[in-house]
Amino acid sequence: MSKIVLKKQLSNDVYLMKLACPLIAEERKAGQFVILQLNNEYGERIPLTIADANEQEGTITIIFQVVGKTTTDLAHMNEGDEITTVVGPLGNPTHIENFGTVVCVGGGIGVAPMHPIAKAFKEAGNHVITIIGARTKDLIILEDEMKEIADELIVCTDDGSYGRKALVTEPLKEICERDPQPNRVIAIGPPIMMKFCSETTRPYKVYTEVSLNTIMVDVTGMCGGCRVNVGDEVKFVCVDGPEFDGHKVDFDNMMARLNSYKDIEQEKHECNLDKQAKAKQSS
Amino acid sequence: MSHKTLEELHKDAQKVFNELKQNADSLKPKDRIKIPAQEMPAQDPVERATNLEEVALGYTPIQAMVEAMRCIQCKNKPCITGCPVQIDIPRFIDEVAKGDFQAAINVIKENSLLPAICGRVCPQETQCQEVCTLGKSLKDVDKAVAIGRLERFVADWEREQGKIVPPKVKPDTGKKVAIVGSGPAGLVVAADVRREGHAVTIFEAFHKMGGVMVYGIPEFRLPNSIVDTEISTLKAMGVEFKTNFVVGRTRKLTDLMKKDGFDAVFVGTGAGLPMFMGIEGENLVGVFSANEYLTRANLMRAFDREQSDTPIYKSKRVAVLGGGNVAMDSARMAKRLGAEEVFVVYRRTEKEMPARVEEVAHAKEEGIVFHFLNNAKRIIGNEKGRVNAMECLKYELGEPDASGRRRPVVIEGSEFILDVDTVIVAIGNNSNPLIAQTTPEIETNKWGNIVVDDTQKTKADRVFAGGDIVLGAATVILAMGEGRRAAESINKLLAG
Repeated sequence: MSKIVLKKQLSNDVYLMKLACPLIAEERKAGQFVILQLNNEYGERIPLTIADANEQEGTITIIFQVVGKTTTDLAHMNEGDEITTVVGPLGNPTHIENFGTVVCVGGGIGVAPMHPIAKAFKEAGNHVITIIGARTKDLIILEDEMKEIADELIVCTDDGSYGRKALVTEPLKEICERDPQPNRVIAIGPPIMMKFCSETTRPYKVYTEVSLNTIMVDVTGMCGGCRVNVGDEVKFVCVDGPEFDGHKVDFDNMMARLNSYKDIEQEKHECNLDKQAKAKQSS
Repeated sequence: MSHKTLEELHKDAQKVFNELKQNADSLKPKDRIKIPAQEMPAQDPVERATNLEEVALGYTPIQAMVEAMRCIQCKNKPCITGCPVQIDIPRFIDEVAKGDFQAAINVIKENSLLPAICGRVCPQETQCQEVCTLGKSLKDVDKAVAIGRLERFVADWEREQGKIVPPKVKPDTGKKVAIVGSGPAGLVVAADVRREGHAVTIFEAFHKMGGVMVYGIPEFRLPNSIVDTEISTLKAMGVEFKTNFVVGRTRKLTDLMKKDGFDAVFVGTGAGLPMFMGIEGENLVGVFSANEYLTRANLMRAFDREQSDTPIYKSKRVAVLGGGNVAMDSARMAKRLGAEEVFVVYRRTEKEMPARVEEVAHAKEEGIVFHFLNNAKRIIGNEKGRVNAMECLKYELGEPDASGRRRPVVIEGSEFILDVDTVIVAIGNNSNPLIAQTTPEIETNKWGNIVVDDTQKTKADRVFAGGDIVLGAATVILAMGEGRRAAESINKLLAG
């Protein structure tokens, strides 16, 4: 059981929560995630990246977007409520060292897990360039926090409602064309964004790390639901990842696998809406 | 095969019993051999293929006594040697024949701690029953005394009577033992170590205790309530449980000793890491490891599509690759989840299948179709990256290989297409990498299994291991055997 000690709404459907998880707070490193489950009988297990942690307080911070059943239910929970299952820290920490210049690209909710990574790169002595992007102004998160860390911060929105009107790949390409080139890129965000970031850097041969958020069940390497093609190998995101060489990841297969249950979830969602409507009618 | 109901089987047994009881004490082996082997009552095959209830219903007391009377109490008792934990089988069976079920369970419990579970999932036909003298004289292993069914019967009898008494625990020693994983090996170590008065904490990565017995083996073969009973007995003994705790991640294994003051650790993390075929199309949507498919259906309760938040794939035609118990479980689960046709594709013949005979028989009764001497060549997807079909190859049996089984040899040009939308891969597991990855002190072999000596001790100080993480994918009873040995070593270490 982990108590929600703080809840903040960051934008329309994005929330920040601080959870009391002293052991996870003590052990976690940048790049790791937790598994969360709201009901031990019928709940599903979803992976969420740890956005931050405070060892003294014994808390971890998660930032999530309402996309499915569990995140919807979680958004309805309040400070003081207890979450039945929080497991972690899981996955391998980000490989941090002084590479020289590192470009951190965060898309949408991906800015949340990027924050501790950018911080760790900065602390390791890197020149950190941060690109954060979102569909529209309301969805830009953690801008101030990123500003504090980054040597350079570029904000873009798809619709131009804030910052530069561009996809994150545009400034990324410009940075790759600089002399000297950046030494490393790390991209976290929706799969399609990570795919195109990887395609952008490929011709420049700049190593690009991506953090994958696949379907997972047990997260200890037991189920293989999270498997992805990386080069000629099949890797398990939960024990081999979550970070991989973006130039080698088969994003198309990964995206298809992420949609494995879309139809079922859609059907169930509609079914629930029907039920609610019927309940309303009869009341 | 005609399906006899429990009532019919009971009636038949009652008739035999009435004839036998007059001269029960003077029965000669030649009389006993003639007693008909008692069939296991089971749910109707058509009905059970749509529910999750346990398939085998268990003997009635009369059936149990009749079956026990079949045992000729031979002198050399090969069954005891055939049992991985050397239960005194003839003695417990004799008590069943006499109708003293309490005495019977007491005999079993001298050696086995989880009889209700082992009676259900042990591969008896390759252990105690394989060597049974009665089966040998009748030249049919299926005619051996049904030792497993009798074990299950007395264990269930004890539970249903509410007679389970937790084992006595010696006074506290002040020593603490950590157990990693709550599967069969871990539970046995917990009981044996706790009995000596040491404090025991079991760490489990999942939100429920029981390991493979709750995430893997389905309800229709091993009901969760049976596992829960064993867990409650351990609780009553004072064993502590910590769920949602991944040793290696939440806490390093060595920190359990350095920071948390545990005096010894037992690692029973199980098999994990499913194996795949390494063929084209294996990552298409609709291809699952048996581990994933069964975990969703069992532990995450996706069988209950209405209530469960965890989705499970909607399948019409399913191919299961493999021939073990896990393959049978997956095939039968797929059927229960509504698949119209389920195929088991196995590259050897029925004779070589490692699955329990009873599970294979049950699967056939439920309409699972077996493709023997076939194997997958590649999985074919549609434009959305979803499984559309599977191309297979035909095999024939060649010369025996290292395991003594005849090696399947591919027949060139024998490709054919099996029209399926789902493929479940059940060809075994590699060992779980988490502990090895995060605990360099522990030595592993090239398959990733933890290396132990004959006391189950690893290369790391005060760390023991057992079960599938040492053996590779094996059975509940072998895991229990390793657990008992490890517990003995831990108790010895802590007594010193």
